[in-house]
Amino acid sequence: MTNLQNNPTITPEMYREMGLNDAEFTLVVQTLGRQPTLTELGMYAVMWSEHCGYKYSRPVLRLFKKYKEAMDAGEVENAGVIDIGGNIGVVMKMESHNHPSAVEPFQGAATGVGGILRDIFTMGARPIAILNSLRFGPIDQENGDARTRYLFEHVVSGISHYGNCVGVPNVGGEIYFHPSYQGNPLVNAMAIGVVPMDKIASAGAKGVGNPVLYIGSATGKDGIHGATFASVELGPDSESKRPNVQMGDPFAEKLLIESTLEALATGYIVGIQDMGAAGLTCSTCETAAKAGMGMTIDVRKVPLREADMTPYEVMLSESQERMLAIIEKGHEAEVAAVFHKWGLSAEVIGEVTDTGRVVILDHGVVVADVPAQSLTDDCPTYTLSASEPAYINEVQSADLSNLPEPTDYNDVLLKLLASPSIASKRWVYDQYDSMVQTQTTVLPGAADAAVLRLRDSGGKGLALTTDCNPRYCYLDPYLGAMIAVAEAARNLSCVGATPLAVTDCLNFASPEKPEGFWQFRRAVAGLADACEAFGTPVISGNVSFYNETPEHAIFPTPTVGMVGLLPDADKRVTMGFQNEGDLIYLLGGGAPTFGGSEYLALIHGQEVGSPPALDVEAEKALHTLLRTAIDKKLLKSAHDISDGGLAVALAECCLAGQFGAELEQSKYGARELFAEMTATVVVSVAPTAATEFETLSGKSPIGTVTGDRLVFGENASGPTLLVSVSDLRAAYEGAIPAAMASAVHDLEG
Amino acid sequence: MKFGVIKFPGSNCDQDAYYTVKDVLGQPVEYLWHGDSDLKAVDCVIVPGGFSYGDYLRCGAIARFSPAMIATHEFAAKGGLVLGICNGFQVLCESHLLPGALVRNDGQKFVCKQIHLRTENTDTPFTGALSPGQIIQVPIAHGEGKYVCDEAVLAELDAANRILFRYCDADGTRTETSNPNGSTDDIAGIASANFNVLGLMPHPERAADPALGSADGRAIFESLLKFWH
Repeated sequence: MTNLQNNPTITPEMYREMGLNDAEFTLVVQTLGRQPTLTELGMYAVMWSEHCGYKYSRPVLRLFKKYKEAMDAGEVENAGVIDIGGNIGVVMKMESHNHPSAVEPFQGAATGVGGILRDIFTMGARPIAILNSLRFGPIDQENGDARTRYLFEHVVSGISHYGNCVGVPNVGGEIYFHPSYQGNPLVNAMAIGVVPMDKIASAGAKGVGNPVLYIGSATGKDGIHGATFASVELGPDSESKRPNVQMGDPFAEKLLIESTLEALATGYIVGIQDMGAAGLTCSTCETAAKAGMGMTIDVRKVPLREADMTPYEVMLSESQERMLAIIEKGHEAEVAAVFHKWGLSAEVIGEVTDTGRVVILDHGVVVADVPAQSLTDDCPTYTLSASEPAYINEVQSADLSNLPEPTDYNDVLLKLLASPSIASKRWVYDQYDSMVQTQTTVLPGAADAAVLRLRDSGGKGLALTTDCNPRYCYLDPYLGAMIAVAEAARNLSCVGATPLAVTDCLNFASPEKPEGFWQFRRAVAGLADACEAFGTPVISGNVSFYNETPEHAIFPTPTVGMVGLLPDADKRVTMGFQNEGDLIYLLGGGAPTFGGSEYLALIHGQEVGSPPALDVEAEKALHTLLRTAIDKKLLKSAHDISDGGLAVALAECCLAGQFGAELEQSKYGARELFAEMTATVVVSVAPTAATEFETLSGKSPIGTVTGDRLVFGENASGPTLLVSVSDLRAAYEGAIPAAMASAVHDLEG
Repeated sequence: MKFGVIKFPGSNCDQDAYYTVKDVLGQPVEYLWHGDSDLKAVDCVIVPGGFSYGDYLRCGAIARFSPAMIATHEFAAKGGLVLGICNGFQVLCESHLLPGALVRNDGQKFVCKQIHLRTENTDTPFTGALSPGQIIQVPIAHGEGKYVCDEAVLAELDAANRILFRYCDADGTRTETSNPNGSTDDIAGIASANFNVLGLMPHPERAADPALGSADGRAIFESLLKFWH
């Protein structure tokens, strides 16, 4: 096929503006044996961006064993399905929408949810839950500003708007506030779905002559070069990138979910992929490359919102709620009829060929003709230089042995509970429908992980969590990332689940700076080693670089999403104290550490030290003990010790259960109360089960669930710490609503 | 007793209602496609929650014109039992099967949480298995659930005992904080003049199984069975 005329001469300014460097452009010319057309140039630029091509991260991601095996076998596709027995497969994925959310928080966050859901149902799975891991600058009165509160409020609204409408429950996640995210919030959305193991859909364009079906919303001029936008730092001109942000339509998404699952049931869909980043370009070349085939499509057959769109615009648009499907020839009408029944467009726009080339026509005239594989697998990769940032040695060598002891422990606890990163996130999760689909058996805020009881599974439960302490990862990216995995596994074990697998979302600064790349490489190594140790392979994930503004870079944030299995969902345990008189035990027991603690940051204004040490074997023994005790129905509650230390953990157990607690041991100081540690969990046990539990665990009680106050160290000179549950509640529940009440004043002011 | 659950484009609690009837009540149930006017000879039509047609206009404003709703209107006029939950309540108001309207919550935000309801009238097909004044815990999940109506309608609803559920505290007290959306007179659910149509914002189908946090909502479905047999 020739044609390809009427094309402007490509200048260095043009390809550099699109994000390609000189060497990459030369490679394009070599691959094609000629100058690219404008459409081809746009296709290469977007597919070879870090966002789509992983050109900087791919060599490092090979540290993930399962990913490496899948890459080597050319089988990345089905690596993401976990078989939980009974013909039930679980799929999950997490993805960032950081940059769009920084300039247009509502739509940026909403389309983040939409995109991750499409990744789930294009595998043939029904999405059953959403989680979110969010990071913002400070929002409190003292340190926060109106812009950050605006971002927080509208990100939450966007997630709420989209998730509630599509009818997928939003069951959990985490939110941190820290100055390093000022101007560059993180919005990581995770979705999970279930699919019969024998009905997993493929994304390969197999079968010469099979028609290519375009499904869903019409293509408009929104989101052009969105993937390229995700691959640069945010700067003063980022506001001008607002047109790069896509607009979401959750109603269209809901129709796509139902119609796609119904259409897949016909058995005539050979391959299907959503149009996410890089839209039609990505879906055509990836499906073709995956099957080793070619594909020819005509942009004039694509449903368009504006008839005068150029081929370049059509191929690069990131309009939302669109899919590409390859249909068994002769059955396209039957498949299209399903989508039409749901009121969606479904148009044949081309066919599968055996040329290995993606050919784009405009009214039958060739405007692009490129080898499919050259856009995907052949994306150039780089091994960037890495060097340890100077701050690492400085912060890790800080001496924390002589911290002054606080004069008022009550005040410290109340301050920690009112710190927005620790405080109740009710203000957020009450805006999310967490119950639709009637499978949510542990609701947000009630336990260390969400639990879904799966319908038609014989009562199995899935436990879900996301975790990452970014301060730990800043101080020591390797250890911080390992702790994120350990904490996720601990959280799942606290509800009684066995951890199965991980999806990650790797949020980092620019990899083109050696310090940034070092953080990335160390964190990925930590994740990979921890996932190996805990037997939870990374089955999917996403990399988001360039999370920095001219003022600062974000803390390295390798968010871990983890799923676990409960054989009997009805045995799940929550974190709130249940009954007056139950006995409190401390299980495990890592070394209490001030390094990287919320106490050190909030009370002493320092972010230094080393994170708590991690003993993987001790963690695993603790997790096994928790599961055994829960399976034997010995535990009334379980909650891990993390941010804020033992005092905060016990306060949270009181708040989630409406009871107070008295801790008998006499010697409690700041280290015992507020230092942080790994491998430690607080549980409560009914007196009738105490003997059996103590035999199993070898532990003795440290206190009792009682009254309406939290009391530590009752001794001759009175307690070290004594706060009423109602005061704890006021601090814990009041913090975020109070900060956001001032958001109203921001507007009025 | 045969149930039908209408499926609009954008319904998302249709499956929840379907499985509650099938698995919890053990009764036959079928989906009713919005584009069909055949109600499949069901004994009770459930208009489920969700975002019918995306609800980009007033909630329920388009759904009322669907063939399934036109058929439901006729069905109700002949005394057929109709239960509208959340978006279904909005659709029933738009369809004029029930008076008044549901508008944006006072807090301006979507709210999903457990709340309490006081049973105000047990002499109806929907509440016969409840005791007078019984407090039940049922969740809400809506952005536009504030019930409003004019004085005359309110007086009529009150006089005829057509307000079946009011928001309250766990102990049955009605306070400012127990009303989650600013509804007039704490109204959570109302019935038609003949008591064969109930619309309510809370989701009894999400509270029909103790594993989901409450089984109190079951009583509404059991009332229907009790009435029928």
